[in-house]
Amino acid sequence: MYIVVPIKQVPETSNVQMDKETGTMIRSASEAIVNPLDLYALETALQIKERTGGRITVITMGPLGAAKVLKEAIAMGCDDAIHLSDRAFGGSDTWATSYTLASAIRKLGKVDLVIAGERATDGDTGQVGPGLASWLDMGLVTYTSHIEELTDTYLIAERLLEEGYQKVKATLPVVLTVVKEIAIPRLPTLKGKKRAMHMTIPLLGAKDLGLENADLGLLGSPTRVVKIESPKISRACTVVKATDDSSIQEGIDKLMLFLASKELLGKGVAK
Amino acid sequence: MNEIWTLSEQHGGKLKDVSFELLARGRALADTLQSQLCTVVLGNKIDDKELESLIFHGADTVFYVENPCLGDMVCEIYAMVLAYLVGEYTPHVLLAAATTTGRSVLPYLAVKIHTGLTADCTDLAIEKETGNLLQTRPAIGGNIMATIKTPNHRPQMATVRPKSYKALAEDRSRSGKVVRVAWNPEWNDTRVQVLSYREECGNSSSLEEADIVVSGGKGLKKRENFRLIEELADSLGGQVGASRDAVDRGWASYPHQVGLSGKTISPKLYLAVGISGAVQHLAGIKTAEYIVAINSDEHANILQVADFALVGDLFAILPQLLRRLGTQGGEK
Ligand SMILES: Cc1cc2nc3c(=O)[nH]c(=O)nc-3n(C[C@H](O)[C@H](O)[C@H](O)COP(=O)(O)OP(=O)(O)OC[C@H]3O[C@@H](n4cnc5c(N)ncnc54)[C@H](O)[C@@H]3O)c2cc1C
Ligand SMILES: Cc1cc2nc3c(=O)[nH]c(=O)nc-3n(C[C@H](O)[C@H](O)[C@H](O)COP(=O)(O)OP(=O)(O)OC[C@H]3O[C@@H](n4cnc5c(N)ncnc54)[C@H](O)[C@@H]3O)c2cc1C
Repeated sequence: MYIVVPIKQVPETSNVQMDKETGTMIRSASEAIVNPLDLYALETALQIKERTGGRITVITMGPLGAAKVLKEAIAMGCDDAIHLSDRAFGGSDTWATSYTLASAIRKLGKVDLVIAGERATDGDTGQVGPGLASWLDMGLVTYTSHIEELTDTYLIAERLLEEGYQKVKATLPVVLTVVKEIAIPRLPTLKGKKRAMHMTIPLLGAKDLGLENADLGLLGSPTRVVKIESPKISRACTVVKATDDSSIQEGIDKLMLFLASKELLGKGVAK
Repeated sequence: MNEIWTLSEQHGGKLKDVSFELLARGRALADTLQSQLCTVVLGNKIDDKELESLIFHGADTVFYVENPCLGDMVCEIYAMVLAYLVGEYTPHVLLAAATTTGRSVLPYLAVKIHTGLTADCTDLAIEKETGNLLQTRPAIGGNIMATIKTPNHRPQMATVRPKSYKALAEDRSRSGKVVRVAWNPEWNDTRVQVLSYREECGNSSSLEEADIVVSGGKGLKKRENFRLIEELADSLGGQVGASRDAVDRGWASYPHQVGLSGKTISPKLYLAVGISGAVQHLAGIKTAEYIVAINSDEHANILQVADFALVGDLFAILPQLLRRLGTQGGEK
């Protein structure tokens, strides 16, 4: 089984700085980590490898510092890594991001599984995984919560939907996006860390992939961020202390009034 | 021209609420542009009445494609059919819901038809000078609002957060047409097949679509106590949510988790009980209309974003509150 896991580096804190001109993130402003939801993709791949054997390549597109997240994936047990970095990739939207990643994945030869995170905690679109499937012309299973069966030619998996779980059968090769429920991520091992430390990760740019600048980065992106604002949270909180019997009753009176004034009562009460 | 299109969603042949919310969005945009509002329904054996109800809720044209393999969303097939329709009718805008369906199909489609896609929008408007769609969405854990355009590619596509807009009231005097589009066998794709379906705890309405969500956190202390949250949700006619700490302890299952690594929701009322309001939790509720907190700590972060807070012991407050809601329900 040959598995590719695309992972993204995201800022550690959720308070990141934005470049008002271009509407892109100023990445250096905060510490970069592996997108937390990608850890589940990595764990899923590692468990499959343990069961069926095979190889895992992790890939990221991002600035030079993003090599750090690839090393972390290696330390967890992935076999090799590819780092896509080029000025021309800057400002990519999800169309351009998935195009660039797919172009690199295609060069890897026969891939059985691509396992992506559900979404990145910064850009938060969840569009790159489905975009990859479309570019690679593979089937797509999103929101995968469990892999029930996996053979050389197909897999049976459950997807977590709004109303419940859907079971699907998918022919390989296939792109999966996974939700948190699928696995509990492991920590890097000491041995893994040593391996990662000594590993040189190939760095590929637009030329290496044979891509034209017009299709890449900001230039190749159909969407444009035109404005960034901080949302104004102007909630004036009514605080009522409810610490003994009578203040609890009073507090509940006030709460009921509040709910009634916002027409929030009596909806399902009759049930 | 300049048609506004929406993708309606159905489950088991019944249209979902979010389909009507999208129509309300689309209607406003179409009226601004003085153009038509069309909606696409992909499904199997959907009742004429259902299709008509889309017209009564704002659509001018309903494109209906029927086939057994359209009953459930299969991304590859849905994207093929939509690519055909978009090629044939060249809409100006295509909106879908930011649900597991919309968030799978639209990005797959966007690549196939080479256009941009803005995710999980909470606000849509038309730019006066250009007629372009201005798409506003929260990103980075709700810390910023970004406005995004797709200036040079058509259609302009966006997924729209459920519950971020109200459906229009039914207007049975509205007229429109239902166009049945013939199925093309070439659209079939068997790479991914739906085998079966099981509902989560017999609970069919989702957190994302709920008007009221009552969430519990670590303050509940034990699994058994989490029943209080379920009862409160029940008596308010809402759904149960949970903080990550509550989910990690097994008090609620992952589909109930609200926050950065769980669900992002926009209910009318979010009631947080025994939840401190960590930034990662708040990321999931930034667009809730009203937030109420019940917490023993008056300095808890959740109070920073709440509209109303009861500060006290939840174990003393909840039984009283439940009793009160019980009697009010009886009086109704
Ligand atoms: C404020 C803001 C709003 C934005 N809104 C949009 C928008 O609405 N539409 C749009 O097209 N673009 C948008 N973008 C651009 C988008 O964030 C970037 O294209 C980003 O590179 C990928 O998208 P994402 O962060 O949403 O990742 P997601 O699509 O959420 O990531 C899903 C998965 O794809 C994989 N993945 C994602 N990025 C990479 C990567 N660089 N390398 C390797 N694997 C990766 C990971 O497995 C990840 O878990 C926005 C950017 C900003 C700053
Ligand atoms: C990458 C990442 C992603 C994350 N994603 C999420 C996510 O999606 N969702 C999420 O929720 N968290 C998430 N977290 C975790 C988050 O940081 C917090 O740890 C978590 O939200 C805390 O849960 P809590 O509020 O239930 O518990 P606590 O923070 O322990 O809060 C418990 C609250 O209960 C109150 N309390 C205690 N006893 C009583 C009583 N008797 N009566 C009334 N009140 C009482 C306390 O005052 C306190 O405010 C994430 C963290 C990281 C690092």
